[in-house]
Amino acid sequence: MTTARLRADQVGWNAGAVTILAEVALTAEPGTTVGVLGPNGSGKSSLLRLLAGLARPHTGEVLLDDVGLSMLRQRALARRIAVVAQQAATEVDLSALEVVLLGRIPHRPRLAGESGADVALARQALADAGLAGFERRRWASLSGGERQRVDLARALVQEPDLLLLDEPTNHLDIKHQLELLHFLASSPTTVVVTLHDLDLAAQHCDHLVLLHGGRLVAAGSPAEVLTPDRIAQVYEVRAQVDTDADGRPRIRYGRSGSARIVPG
Amino acid sequence: MKAAALLFLLLLSIAAAVTVGAADLSVVDVLRSVGAHLGLPVRALPPLPDSIVWELRLPRVLLAALVGAGLAVCGAVLQALTRNPLADPFLLGISSGASTGAVAVLVLGIRIGTGPVDLATGAFAGSVAAFAAVLALAGRRAAEPTRIVLAGVAVSQLFSAVTSLIVISDAHTQDTRSITFWLLGSLTAASWTAVTLCAAVAGAGLLVCWAAATALDAFAFGTDAARSLGFSPGRTRLLLFGVTALVAATLVAASGAIGFVGLTVPHAVRFVVGARHRSLLPACAVVGAIFLVWADTAARTAFAPQELPVGVLTALLGVPVFALVMRRRA
Repeated sequence: MTTARLRADQVGWNAGAVTILAEVALTAEPGTTVGVLGPNGSGKSSLLRLLAGLARPHTGEVLLDDVGLSMLRQRALARRIAVVAQQAATEVDLSALEVVLLGRIPHRPRLAGESGADVALARQALADAGLAGFERRRWASLSGGERQRVDLARALVQEPDLLLLDEPTNHLDIKHQLELLHFLASSPTTVVVTLHDLDLAAQHCDHLVLLHGGRLVAAGSPAEVLTPDRIAQVYEVRAQVDTDADGRPRIRYGRSGSARIVPG
Repeated sequence: MKAAALLFLLLLSIAAAVTVGAADLSVVDVLRSVGAHLGLPVRALPPLPDSIVWELRLPRVLLAALVGAGLAVCGAVLQALTRNPLADPFLLGISSGASTGAVAVLVLGIRIGTGPVDLATGAFAGSVAAFAAVLALAGRRAAEPTRIVLAGVAVSQLFSAVTSLIVISDAHTQDTRSITFWLLGSLTAASWTAVTLCAAVAGAGLLVCWAAATALDAFAFGTDAARSLGFSPGRTRLLLFGVTALVAATLVAASGAIGFVGLTVPHAVRFVVGARHRSLLPACAVVGAIFLVWADTAARTAFAPQELPVGVLTALLGVPVFALVMRRRA
């Protein structure tokens, strides 16, 4: 698996007259895991769509290894970037294995069917996601967490240099959340992931960016970004930030109004 | 294996359906007639039975097969593109446009140059006009499924209203009867010309759809998913909307708007072969063909010498079959 450098250069995006993102800059160095944080409606998902080349920024540019995404063909992008989107409740009439096999599409000629190697890869990916034996299960019969893991397996058989995930933990139990974040952090692939759980982000990401109202509020190491003042300002909650043995922040939330704010 | 068995079943259905009718013919007679016309060294049939096979029944059965195959595949493609299980080949205004065109020709007697325009030409022109109106109404973002589906609904209503207007303003009872029969769908007008035309257009259209099978799979999770798997959703959708509209318009011009096949055959086939289009589309083609061949055979013989519009029969036969498949699946 190769890996890529991703850079968003002052990107902006609007939906009609509403500005969703303005002048957001982000760099993901090869092999690192970058967490995108921010409250609801801060523009995390929109940023991820720009980074994935699913929408074009109205201002600025996204570069993959210093080449603008707009210069690359959709298919070339699909061989390098895989996206795990938030699953809307979808009626999809496919089995788990068939969903994973979708990830092999960019790697074979347009008119060709899947090869035995494709199927072997997909089976292995399902097993790696802890879903061995789920091959023939219908998508409709899977739980939210199982769907999320099947979709991750699909993204991984796409063999991307850059993996983008939009709140991949929101249906997972705590064990699978930790497993996923550990996997992402140790993967040689460059990863950009949006998260709601600040503590999870602090523990596993190399670099964090914090969005608020479509603007970049802070970027840097977890300790630099997650200060009590900033958490109070962006999330409107009081938090206590301690530092653990690895020098990473640990965040505790006070019952509203009662917690002390300890300077980070 | 399964594919070969299905194809064999289709050929057998065609041969068997040709033998059914008032004149008593056997499968061997059918094969002799076909063989002789293809220049094979077989003993030809006497002129009368030969013309029944070659001029009357065979074109009709073949047209039924082509229309069934084409409608089923168009339905499957449109259901995937719009992610709407209720989509059918007439989603984009094709059938109501065809009726307006046909009725205009029949009632108003539109002429081009010296000769009167025939029903099929009028219907085809009407379908194309309706599809153009759908695209125009959907506007710049015509590739978005919701917009094009809404535009299709609006245009269908408009063309149905125009059809009613023409009929009410100036139709003789004679015309009304033949219009009604045609609106419900009927293969009585089958001819070798119609068969050739439908075979060419539907054949080419189905090939394009089959070539896009993987793209259709990629649409399962929506537009963004298709894009992130390397497709251009807008271009793919517009191309396939155009191709299915053209195929449906050609078929409707030859047979009227035969309902139900394009809506339900894809669902029934999906239950059995799964939702992936590389196998779904060919299976839909063959099953749609077999279904309509037998539906039309029943339509022309069940109440002989009275003939039922085949569209009535597709619904009568199709709903119970569909219910059965749904129950077994659940």
